[in-house]
Amino acid sequence: MSTLEIRDLHVSVATEDGPKEILKGVDLTVKSGETHAIMGPNGSGKSTLAYSIAGHPKYQVTSGTVTLDGVDVLEMSVDERARAGVFLAMQYPVEIPGVSVANFLRAAKTAVDGEAPPLRTWIKDVNGALDRMTLDKTFAQRSVNEGFSGGEKKRHEIAQLELLNPKFAVLDETDSGLDIDALRIVSEGVNRFSEQGDRGVLLITHYTRILRYIKPDYVHVFVGGRVAEVGGSELAEELEANGYDKYTKAAV
Amino acid sequence: MTAPTTADPALSTPVSGAVETRVVSHLHPEGSYDPADHEVPKGLEEIWRFTPLKRLRDLHKDAPLDGHDYEVDLDVAPEVQAGSVDIDDPARGTSTYVPVDRISARAWEASDRLFKVTVPAEAVASQPTWVRFRGNGAEKAGAGHVVITAEPFSKATVVIDYVGSATWAENVEIVLGDGAQLTVVAVQDWDDDAVHVSHHHAHVGRDASLKHVLVSFGGDLVRINASVEYAGTGGNVDMLGLYFADAGQHLEHRLFVDHNNPKGRSRVEYKGALQGKDAHTVWIGDVLIRKEGVGIDTYESNDNLVLTDGARADSVPNLEIETGEIEGAGHASTTGRFDDQHLFYLQSRGIPEVEARRLVVHGFFNDVIRRTGVPEIQARLLETVEAELAKHVGVAQSIASEA
Ligand SMILES: Nc1ncnc2c1ncn2[C@@H]1O[C@H](COP(=O)(O)OP(=O)(O)OP(=O)(O)O)[C@@H](O)[C@H]1O
Ligand SMILES: [Mg+2]
Repeated sequence: MSTLEIRDLHVSVATEDGPKEILKGVDLTVKSGETHAIMGPNGSGKSTLAYSIAGHPKYQVTSGTVTLDGVDVLEMSVDERARAGVFLAMQYPVEIPGVSVANFLRAAKTAVDGEAPPLRTWIKDVNGALDRMTLDKTFAQRSVNEGFSGGEKKRHEIAQLELLNPKFAVLDETDSGLDIDALRIVSEGVNRFSEQGDRGVLLITHYTRILRYIKPDYVHVFVGGRVAEVGGSELAEELEANGYDKYTKAAV
Repeated sequence: MTAPTTADPALSTPVSGAVETRVVSHLHPEGSYDPADHEVPKGLEEIWRFTPLKRLRDLHKDAPLDGHDYEVDLDVAPEVQAGSVDIDDPARGTSTYVPVDRISARAWEASDRLFKVTVPAEAVASQPTWVRFRGNGAEKAGAGHVVITAEPFSKATVVIDYVGSATWAENVEIVLGDGAQLTVVAVQDWDDDAVHVSHHHAHVGRDASLKHVLVSFGGDLVRINASVEYAGTGGNVDMLGLYFADAGQHLEHRLFVDHNNPKGRSRVEYKGALQGKDAHTVWIGDVLIRKEGVGIDTYESNDNLVLTDGARADSVPNLEIETGEIEGAGHASTTGRFDDQHLFYLQSRGIPEVEARRLVVHGFFNDVIRRTGVPEIQARLLETVEAELAKHVGVAQSIASEA
């Protein structure tokens, strides 16, 4: 049983006109076994939250805390956070020329487990994870994300989620850019992950359609750099019907 | 084999016409065998301006080139002949090369033996031919002359491996008969004190295919010119290079592709990494497309990855086009640092920073290493990249380079 806790988190980015505050006091607690959806309009700071949890150097935490089972996550380097059990599926996965998916996955698995995976089962695991994401075997030999379609990049993120099996998964708009088949495949991957029972999911999305496949325990409406309202899955239905207007007006 | 298309008027152009064989670019002065015809460089000349002359040990002036303190080890494919022959051997000069700078002319004059590698017509070598040159001291400068000939329709790979310590000036002539397929790899894996100035010149026969690979890791100063011209139509040239400069090292590669015949193809791809204070690399990529070069296709690229502060990469591509009737011509040159986004992505998967940097550097070199196509060289290059990385980026559990 683990807890990822975010308290009064303030985050800025550097701009030409000095630092600009994007997160303005985020409070959020995710326990293992729970799935939280974060829904919010463009520019509300969802990706900023995701990157700040993962430790992207562009984002400056000015105050507040992020802890994993009481341990300060903000003190950790990016790779330490991942090894502590936090995984970020990125909205825009990065292309890395010349680094094969196979080598990358093995390096990552070795790092998070603290030992190299047994060769024979590992190849099977990789092929299985790719196959469940309908990525054929040849992807293992390609450079990481290079020339992948938008949908393939997202499926590759979820294949990594399965192989690395972290405690908490932050999924930043993993649904965007997916056609309906891919959306179902990706959702099934996320559901397999959470059905283990002791994993937490922070599902960031802009649209409600993925919530037809992934049932959140909590829905957070994210506006203007903070959580404006928390509810159950019924809140998602209300957002579907009425949009964010009510909240964006209130935030101004 | 492509049949001669006599309908093509370009093919009837005499290629030996004295006027048009003159190199017009200011970067390529007219050649001469006589050192006296080449003024002692002062450092401001276009072809010398990047080179630290003080570290040339007077190779560019009048340092005697009579040192013989070296050994040569051979591992020759059974189909290939290789060995030292008299300097007056008729093979000398068959690449049509005429020295273009003072060191090259001095090496031409001073060499007293010719190292000759010959792949007989239609022979297909069953293994690479290795020439290992070991210098045993840098005090006395020496000069060498190598001629590698792939006779018509032969196929072979020749690797020259430079190790040890030397002050070495040389000319390497590479001659491909019609339809020959030759890979030449020169690995500059010198000790820290070596100074090596070399000029490779290739003469590529009709429909012949040359893969020319320069790999420079070691040495205090390495400066290699590599020039290519075509003896007939349809020649195909790949020039690949890989270099890794450490603190204080000067590694300079100057390429010149002379598209003096129709329908030729050239691809130049050089990749280099630099680390440490005053690591300096120079890449000059000159491509000349003469009026005769109709229908040619050329692309050259150079990418540099600067791993630490205090290192400097100069990269100058230069394309001169005298005919518009070509298939394609392009060039690209990049010099960058580690991409933060790459590192972030890898680290966000738990991969420690040192290991992430290793992966990115291996990734940077991977493609060009793969393209060398010589398995023994590929393995060696991966190891060398690893060893270079260990010096600065740090040692990490080696998990990336295993297959
Ligand atoms: N370098 C920067 N300079 C100025 N503003 C920035 C910078 N980086 C991010 N921002 C702003 O921060 C805000 C939050 O961006 P973020 O990417 O977190 O939004 P989001 O909620 O993920 O949006 P989307 O739904 O489009 O993915 C945006 O208004 C964005 O323009
Ligand atoms: Mg976003």
